[in-house]
Amino acid sequence: MNGYDITIGLEVHAQLLTESKIFCGCRARTVQEPNTNTCPVCMGMPGTLPVLNRKAVDYGIRLGLATGCRIAKKSIFARKNYFYPDLPKGYQITQHLTPLCAGGTLDIETASGAKSIRIMRIHMEEDAGKTIHGDREPYSYVDYNRSGVPLLEIVSMPDITSSEEAAVYLRETRKILMFLEICDGNMEEGSFRCDANISVKPAGSREYGIRTEIKNMNSFKNVQKALDFEVRRHIGILRSGGSIVQETRLWDAAAGATMSMRSKEESHDYRYFPEPDLVPVEVGEDWIEKIREDLPELPAHLRRRFQSQFGLPAYDAGVLTGSKALARYFEECVKLLDAPKEISNWIMTEVLHVINEQGIDISSFPISPERLTEMIGLVRQGVISVHIAKEVFSEMTSTGKSASEIVHEKNITQISDEEQIRGLAKTIVEANPDEAAKYRAGKTGLLGFFVGKLMSATEGKANPKLAGRIVKETLEQ
Amino acid sequence: MEDRILQTARSYRRFDRSPVAEIEALIRTIRQDKTNSFITIDEEGALRDAAAAEKMLAHSDDPLVGVPIAVKDNICTRGLATTCASKILAGFVPTYDATAVKRLKERGAVIIGKTNLDEFAMGSTTATSSIGPTLNPWDLSKTPGGSSGGSGAAVAAGLCAGALGSDTGGSIRMPASFCGITGLKPTYGAVSRFGLVAFASSLDQIGPMAVSARDTAVLFDALKGHDPLDSTSAQREYPQMGLEALDLKGVRIGIPEEFFSEGLDPDVERSVFFGISTLENLGAEIQQIKLPHVRYGVAVYYIIATAEASSNLARYDGVRYGARDTDAKDLLDMYLETRSKGFNDEVKRRIMLGTYVLSAGYYDAYYKKASQVRSLIARDFEEAFAQCDLIAGPTTPVTAFGIHDMVDDPLRIYLLDIYTIPANLAGLPAISFPCGFGAEGLPVGMQLIAPHFREDLLLGAGIAFQEWTKFHRVKP
Repeated sequence: MNGYDITIGLEVHAQLLTESKIFCGCRARTVQEPNTNTCPVCMGMPGTLPVLNRKAVDYGIRLGLATGCRIAKKSIFARKNYFYPDLPKGYQITQHLTPLCAGGTLDIETASGAKSIRIMRIHMEEDAGKTIHGDREPYSYVDYNRSGVPLLEIVSMPDITSSEEAAVYLRETRKILMFLEICDGNMEEGSFRCDANISVKPAGSREYGIRTEIKNMNSFKNVQKALDFEVRRHIGILRSGGSIVQETRLWDAAAGATMSMRSKEESHDYRYFPEPDLVPVEVGEDWIEKIREDLPELPAHLRRRFQSQFGLPAYDAGVLTGSKALARYFEECVKLLDAPKEISNWIMTEVLHVINEQGIDISSFPISPERLTEMIGLVRQGVISVHIAKEVFSEMTSTGKSASEIVHEKNITQISDEEQIRGLAKTIVEANPDEAAKYRAGKTGLLGFFVGKLMSATEGKANPKLAGRIVKETLEQ
Repeated sequence: MEDRILQTARSYRRFDRSPVAEIEALIRTIRQDKTNSFITIDEEGALRDAAAAEKMLAHSDDPLVGVPIAVKDNICTRGLATTCASKILAGFVPTYDATAVKRLKERGAVIIGKTNLDEFAMGSTTATSSIGPTLNPWDLSKTPGGSSGGSGAAVAAGLCAGALGSDTGGSIRMPASFCGITGLKPTYGAVSRFGLVAFASSLDQIGPMAVSARDTAVLFDALKGHDPLDSTSAQREYPQMGLEALDLKGVRIGIPEEFFSEGLDPDVERSVFFGISTLENLGAEIQQIKLPHVRYGVAVYYIIATAEASSNLARYDGVRYGARDTDAKDLLDMYLETRSKGFNDEVKRRIMLGTYVLSAGYYDAYYKKASQVRSLIARDFEEAFAQCDLIAGPTTPVTAFGIHDMVDDPLRIYLLDIYTIPANLAGLPAISFPCGFGAEGLPVGMQLIAPHFREDLLLGAGIAFQEWTKFHRVKP
């Protein structure tokens, strides 16, 4: 950008959808009432010990395999020591020198083409509680419900070169986590979080610039904005002959700027050392194979298959694989009716419109694949027009009735009787002699005027294709 | 009185005495006692459990039913204050029992109270306790050793039938030696650490202390075994601990020359050699062995133990439980004031040392190097056990000393653990039992070390030794 190269590495924290927390039996899901989802272990009471939830390891391996990582045969936990009120033990149990997974890749597609982002490592750790600072009180509150919720930390290599790529990488990471059904991907609620390391250097320079770390970006939009801001800030400093300070900065969404949080000198010495309360995690080939067998089809593969198997454009394939449930919905439709492009069109427009408008998930969408394909079938058979079908669709959404029920009840079967349409066309042409004359004099744009008249005379039930052809024939006779 | 636990169990079944009467009498004795062995006496709970034990007696042969046991105050007891002899845990009452305590209760034992210790089990004298030192019942001007000095003194003074201690670098064996009783540091992983307030997690073990090896075996039998709440507890089947003497004929006992080094008190040396010759008379084959790396044991220990402690003690921050400095003006101030006032000098010294050895730039030189040497020490023992079945030597280089001696000399105190630390570093089981008396009439202990999970050899050898000697029967 403007004579500078941008280097970005991302750290994603994904909360896992395990039943229980990573080192105790408390529920891992969010509980609203503060400090009601805790036990002596996740409160760090004296004498308590962690016991590893093997499901969290399963989930870590799942993501590792999905991103082509090596799974460590033996990985050990470490303690990361620092003081903060929401960290009950005074240390976080994490993995340091031996992450569960390492050396993978994640493929992304941006406007400038396909690219592979290397994954440095994926490791397991426990989440901390939440500190809530009162507005007026001179003290803070701590909620430990989140303490001990399992996290995967996914660290990319510094392969990302623009904020746009960063956003695409994050979306793809989130999508994979959701396809694997190991994280709900909710960025606002913090179950999918991201920190970024960014540096800029003069284009072509071999040495990386000094990096800053940005935290507190809680939406894709904010990630992109914060990175763009930081790039401008770095370049501004470099251009004016200054030098970047290595530090951690917080994104302030309201101010639209990053603010210094702590400098390198103030940064913690975490004093990592092997966690003596846990034994090493040993993962044998059979464990890995068992998980590999159960691995679902991943978004990138699904996108390619939707294009090759159904002849869909890349855009359609991208939209339809937006979530695992949506892709499944599409595939069920195609099984029932071999009309992939028409189904895709209906899903991308009407179905997604309803879902987005009502803020629901495809799984609770009221029209089943059977019903949707029945309706599309009626259009293909010419029983109803596309125009009518949209009304039928909205009726189906609100009443839960089938398309044929609605068509029958409302008597909105499409008029495809050529003689009937021809008769109507004649009447309309005769009733509008001036317009007919103009048309015949070459103002062919008036065809729409006549078709419109015919459609309103039939309350929209005339087959539009037929109507167009017959009106044209009548006018040109 | 030879075996206190077994004797008590017999007296209940002969209706000589009831558990409630036993506990009542004991609590009166404890209240008059001068050793300062207890931090908390649980009169109400003990009498309630004793009453329940009376019903249990009718249909149980278990020797622990109704038997009064004291618990070191760094082991959590549900509903009963657990202080670690530290001001920083003021007001802390656990909502859970340590697994070791739970297992004793399930067997019908009665927990009579919590015993004194060096603050957070960091010390060898019980003098660094926030409630003041425990005194040795053999001579009230002397230390009972530490850190399980309260448990050691309570057993020796007859204030309980047996006790739980914890041993990180010798904290069970040393007071056992100084107080003339038997104490077992089990194999790392043999007894659950759940509920033991951590000092150095890779070294800590809970273990039994009692007047005889046979009583010690009864307690260990109740304590041992896998616990799903402790990932480092071993998943293995144990044979039931026999209460029989081990036939020592042909048992090879190795004597490491490194355990008879400079600094060993001549009285202690003489008593230990007497002990060894007793074992030989019982049929054991004595041989010299070498443990070339144990001389680094104390140095390695004070790096690893303090490193782990600096992390384990981070949770005492005044936020969730225990003491908090309420005058603090901000968060950092609250941390600093709470911890400065809450911990004693020895604990602070170890936290600082541990923080230092884990710091960026020093980790490799200290913690990593110490871990490597630790493996070498473990290998020394492995090689030794290829040629012998047990290792014998002194438990401590000296007998009990004055309670005010050495208080300003931490390095000399650290060296008292020179013979006990290697077993912790290697995770091996070790026992201390009395083998004589020194010049001042104070008990001398000898130590036996066995391969992993061979507590049966240690206890069996101890029982055999005590069938032929009377040191353990001498009362203060």
